[in-house]
Parts: sequence; C-alpha cells; structure tokens
Amino acid sequence: MIELYDSFTAYLQGFLFGIYPYICMGVFLIGSLIRFDRDQYTWRSGSSQMLRARQLRLGSNLFHYSIIFLFFGHLIGLLTPHWGYEWAIRPETKQLLAVYSGGAAGIVCFVGLSLLLHRRLFDPRIRRTSTFADMAILVLLWVQLTLGLVTLPFSLGHEDAGIMLALAAWSQAILTFQARASELVIGLPFPYLAHLVLGMTLFLLTPFTRLVHIFSAPVWYLFRSWQIVRLRGGATARPGPVPRPGLAPVPAPVLAEQRPRVPAE
Amino acid sequence: MKIRAQIAMVLNLDKCIGCHTCSVTCKQVWTSREGVEYAWFNNVETKPGIGYPKDWENQEKWKGGWTRKRNGTLQPKIGAKWRILANIFANPNLPEIDDYYEPFTFDYTHLQTAPESETMPVARPVSLLTGERMEIKWGPNWEEILGTEFRKRSADRNFDGIQKRIYGEFEKTFMFYLPRLCEHCLNPACVASCPSGSIYKREEDGIVLIDQEKCRGWRMCVSACPYKKIYYNWQSGKAEKCIFCYPRIEAGEPTVCSETCVGRIRYLGVMLYDADRIQQAASVENEQHLYQEQLDLFLDPEDPQVIAQARADGVPEAWLEAARRSPVYRMAIDWKIAFPLHPEYRTLPMVWYVPPLSPVQSAAEAGHVGWKDGLPDIEALRIPVKYLANLLTAGAEAPVVSALQRMMAMRMHMRARTVESRDDTAILARVGMTASQVEAMYQTLAIANYEDRYVIPSTHREYAENAFDLKSSCGFSFGQGCYDGRTVGNLFSASGPSAGRMAPPAIREANEAAAAAATQEPGR
Repeated sequence: MIELYDSFTAYLQGFLFGIYPYICMGVFLIGSLIRFDRDQYTWRSGSSQMLRARQLRLGSNLFHYSIIFLFFGHLIGLLTPHWGYEWAIRPETKQLLAVYSGGAAGIVCFVGLSLLLHRRLFDPRIRRTSTFADMAILVLLWVQLTLGLVTLPFSLGHEDAGIMLALAAWSQAILTFQARASELVIGLPFPYLAHLVLGMTLFLLTPFTRLVHIFSAPVWYLFRSWQIVRLRGGATARPGPVPRPGLAPVPAPVLAEQRPRVPAE
Repeated sequence: MKIRAQIAMVLNLDKCIGCHTCSVTCKQVWTSREGVEYAWFNNVETKPGIGYPKDWENQEKWKGGWTRKRNGTLQPKIGAKWRILANIFANPNLPEIDDYYEPFTFDYTHLQTAPESETMPVARPVSLLTGERMEIKWGPNWEEILGTEFRKRSADRNFDGIQKRIYGEFEKTFMFYLPRLCEHCLNPACVASCPSGSIYKREEDGIVLIDQEKCRGWRMCVSACPYKKIYYNWQSGKAEKCIFCYPRIEAGEPTVCSETCVGRIRYLGVMLYDADRIQQAASVENEQHLYQEQLDLFLDPEDPQVIAQARADGVPEAWLEAARRSPVYRMAIDWKIAFPLHPEYRTLPMVWYVPPLSPVQSAAEAGHVGWKDGLPDIEALRIPVKYLANLLTAGAEAPVVSALQRMMAMRMHMRARTVESRDDTAILARVGMTASQVEAMYQTLAIANYEDRYVIPSTHREYAENAFDLKSSCGFSFGQGCYDGRTVGNLFSASGPSAGRMAPPAIREANEAAAAAATQEPGR
C-alpha cells in the first residue's frame, strides 16, 4: 500500500513538475496567440470601474503596482542563473532581499486583492455583471498570493537559501528543457509545491480570461505622437480616381508626402 | 499646407423644439444593446442645466479637453502621458454610471400577471445592471424643460460671470435645447489619451472612430473627452462613441439624427482645412481667440490655390464640389452665425451651433424689449448673451451679438418684404449684409430644403475597395466578421455577463407562473 502511494506520489511529482509546466506554457503561448489572432474584440482589461468606483481606486492600485513588482521579482529571482549574480551577492543575502521585498509587496498586494475580491463578490452590481471566469480568476489569484505569503516563514527557516536555489534551478531547468527537472523540487515543503502548481495553472488559464490584458500593457504609448489619423480600412494611400473607358483620362493626383499623424505636441 | 476635408455639422438651436427624435432614432440604430443602454451618442439637453452626464461642462472635476502649458504646448488636461499610464489601474477622473444614470426597464409582465386587486397594478422599475427593483433617481434627460429646482440646475458652468439668481425667478426664467453628439474634433483629446492607440481620425472625412478590435478598455478617452461623448460599454469592456453614421455618410446620406430631424435644424457639409496648422490654432494663448483661430483654419473652397493643393493632397473632386456648396461653410464663415461648442476645451470641435434667439417678435411689439440702432436690443433679450457666449465662444460676447443681430435682421427684412412689401435695406446695412446674402440665409435657415441642408459627397467605395472581396461578408458588424454586437460565449470569453440578459426574479417567476397557467388551461 505504501509502495503504491509512493509510486503514485512519484508519478504525480513527475507529471506536475516535469510535464504540466509544458502543457501550461504551450496553452499559454498558443492560446494567447490564437485569441489575439481570432478574437481581438474579446481582448480587454474588463474594467468595472465605471459601475462602481468604490473600493476599486485603492484596491486596484495596490494590487496592480505590487503584482507587477512581484512578477518581475519572480522573473528575475528565478531565472537569473547562479553565475549571473554570485560575484555580486551571496545567495543568503539574495534570499533575505527576496523575502523582505517580496513579503512587503505581497502584503500590499494581499490588501489590494482582498479589497477587489470583496468588491467582486459582494457588490451586487459587480457580482451580477461578472462572468464566472472573472470571479474564478480573482479567487485563484487570491489563493496563489496567500500561498506565496505562507512560504515566507519556511524560507526564513532555511538561512542557507537552499530552497530558493532549488526553485531557481528547477525553473531554469524547465525553460531549458532539461529532462528530470522535476527531481529538483522533490522534498520541498508543501506550500511551495502548491504555489508552483497554482502558478502554472494561472498561466494555463490566462488565454481564457481577462488576464490577457497583461500582454497589452501600453508602454509604447509613451513614444507615440498625440494624434492618429488613419485612412479608411487601413489603406496606406488614398486611391485616386480610376480612368474609365470612354471617358477622358483623369489626371493622376500628385500625392503629397505621406504624413499620417498630426502631432499636437 | 496639408489640406484635409471633413464632413462637419451645424445645429440651428433657434429652431430646435426638443422633440428628441434625433436621440431616439440614434439609440434605435446604434445603442439598443446590452452594455450601452445608458449611452446616448446623441442626446438633447435643456439648458440651463447640468446636463448628461451630470455637470459634464465642469472640467475642474472631469479634466476633459486640453490644457495649455506655460511653455505654450498642449497636453490633455488629465495629464502627461506618464500620468495617464500611471492612472491606468484606476482612472481618478472617470464618471460612474450613476453620473449618467443607472439603466432600467419596467416590470411590464406584472401588468398582465397581477392578481385581481382594488388598485391598478403598476409596472415598477427594474435595474438593468442588477436585475433588482430600483428607484429611479436620475435619467438621461432629468432636467427636461426646466425640471428640478433652479438651485440645482444653476450649477451649470455657463452661468460663470452672470448674476444668475434672478434667472430663478419665474418672470425671468429662460431655456433652450442643446442637442449634443460627438464633435469629431480636429484636435481630439480622446485620440491623444488612448493608451492603446485605438481611436483615430479618418483622413478622408474627419470622422473620429474607435477601433473596436484594438480598444483594450483603459477608459482614458472617457475622461479626456470634454464633451463626455465617449461611453464605456460595461458589457464588452470597450469604449464606444458616435460614429457619425459613417456607413451612411460614405454612401452620401445624412446621419440618422440629421435625417430624422423634424425641425430641420441640422446641416451637413464639407469643410476644407489646413491640417498643418491645427496644433498652432489649438494652442493660442487667449481662449477667446480659439473661435477665430478655428475659423482661420478653414480654407476657401473657391480659391484656386486651395483647390490645386487639395487635389495634390488627394481630396477627391466630388468633395471639392461639395465644399463649394457647403451649408456649414456658409453659416460658419460667410454669415458667421454658427459657433463651436466650448472652444475653450481646445479640441477644435466640428459640430457647430447657431445660437437661439429668444422669443422676441411679440415681446418687442409689446414693448418688453428695448430698441437699439433700429434693432431690438440683443443685450435685453431673455437669454443672457453672456450665457450663450460662455457656451459658444469662451465668453466673448461680440461674435454672438453679431450673429443674433444678423438673424434678427433677417427676420425683420423678410417680414418687411412679405407683410409690408418693402425692402428694409437700412437694417441689413447695419448688420453688414446684403439683401441677396440675407435671402440665401433665409432660404437655408427658414426654408431649409433637404438638398440645401445636406451636401454630402459619396466616398466612392467602388474606387476604394474591391467589391468582390466583400462577397458573402457580414456588412456592418462588431469585431471580426459576424458578431451581432455582444460578446457571446466562446472558447475565450466563457459566457457574457448575466444580469441584463437575465430577467429579474420577479419577472421570471411571473413568466413561469403564466406559462404553467397556460398549460393547465389549454382552452385559452
């Protein structure tokens, strides 16, 4: 019986940390591409601010700014190879940095997310105009964040930064297609494993929820001119009159230099 | 110089009777959908009043339009680009739906299913957002014909600089109607504020549109538009606005609001303007000069140089011909009786207004109005000139007075001709017009024949696209191809929100009860 349990655990470990990451990444990338290609009308942030601003101003700002910090914290923390930072900072120090900065952002994010979740579930206007996906993704984010916060004491308990190094090694092994990557996280405390699985699931669900608006972060807005002028139907040059048989030929208009935008800056 | 053409509109407020036909027909055609029940691309307000959405003219509150920085450049009033992006998670200047009104329907089923009772059954209002019973506290036209107290209505920003208290008195009160739609500005603040770059002005006809595919729902345009004529569709999560009925305009037909205007107050015509000078005109220091600056942007369609340059810039011949016959050009430039709405927002709007004359003829004859230089004293009219000036010329009274005098002179001249069979040329000289000009003005304003009101060149789609490619396509629709305008369930968007489509419980239960009753009594 115990053998059976062990072999199932081993199988699950191999699946969740060796195969599931690729399923999630595949669906995340291909799914998002297909949705962008086929269904841009559904590609939106899905803001409900107009229906009820209360709780959103604070909640949304706290949540978004801290989650962006957390996202890049994870990205840099997990994916920077060991040789990339070992000359500058000891792993123990790096772990402390991660725990304290991540913990602070996490708590801010927790406050914001809780406000948003409460608003989503208990404001009748927002509740009744939400889709199942809107509510589900918010609940999952809240659980994921809570799991992340729960891991913090474990990390502080391992001053040698072993867990952090194991997680970084696993992430890098996954992204570089190393077989047996799943073995790198064997034996980690449960909250870490749950955080990993739910994190991957969030990637899996992204193409099917409003999370796709992350891709559209309009950074390039900073670099465009104020005004945009387009030709109908996306044509690049205005078609001139076409000469027809039996009529005097129409002189071709001399097109002036193409100036698609009128800056007001 | 870069010449572009635009279909512009003029509304003659002197003739608007406030029948709302424009609003209703527009709604029927474009916004009778879930998510935009509260949105009126065209609405008619009674002025003075705070309007729809509440207090939309208060730019200290909503931060619409442009602001001129100390160095003379323009920037949207909601802020520089970095500030717009920094506020993207929660826009501090966004109206809530209650600033428009909570959309509602009525529990009509109750009228049929109510049990016998001593009193008449009543169809109570039901929210289209939550499906629950609600109390209607505000609506799209709450202040219709001086509705609500003067104390509230007088928050109207156009009262700035006016001793407004006396206009609350019954004997002194005044009102007129103000139909409003998207201004299709030359310097649109919505376009400038859109982080995803989905809003654009069309080069061919100047219509400002939102690319529904590219809109991501960042909602900055809603704040940036000082006329509050961009609406957030809470169902689709996209911004929507008046499209100037572009499918009709392209075919050479007037917009729905114009076509159905029973008062014949709307005019559509081509204006040629110099696109290279927009920025310069919009950033002039003195707000009161913006009206003149915009006038100077417009080009004389008879001028051979303008025609040659317009041809070089690709303006089709039919558009040049239409520009020469444009009623908008005549009213704005030749007669100077039309004005932009709130030019101080610096967006250079392209829907202009002829100011309303107060009911004057009988008042003048009864001796209620003084006379000045052979004309009824404009300053003594019921509607304070300052109020109209605040609305139309950033507070400069002289152009409004001149326009009102010209309209008054036209009336007196035509009255002298028809009633007394004489020409009152003295009065025309006083307002600087010739008899033929005034007669043309009379023909345009008073007779207002269909072909004089709407001079719209077709865009010749047959040249612009290969019609064969359009075979079997869906025509006008949202999104790609064949949507009917609502986000229905598909792989990527689960299902649409439920509230609006789901009947409120009371109605649903009543329906079920009625259905059950019907099956039990097959004889009925």
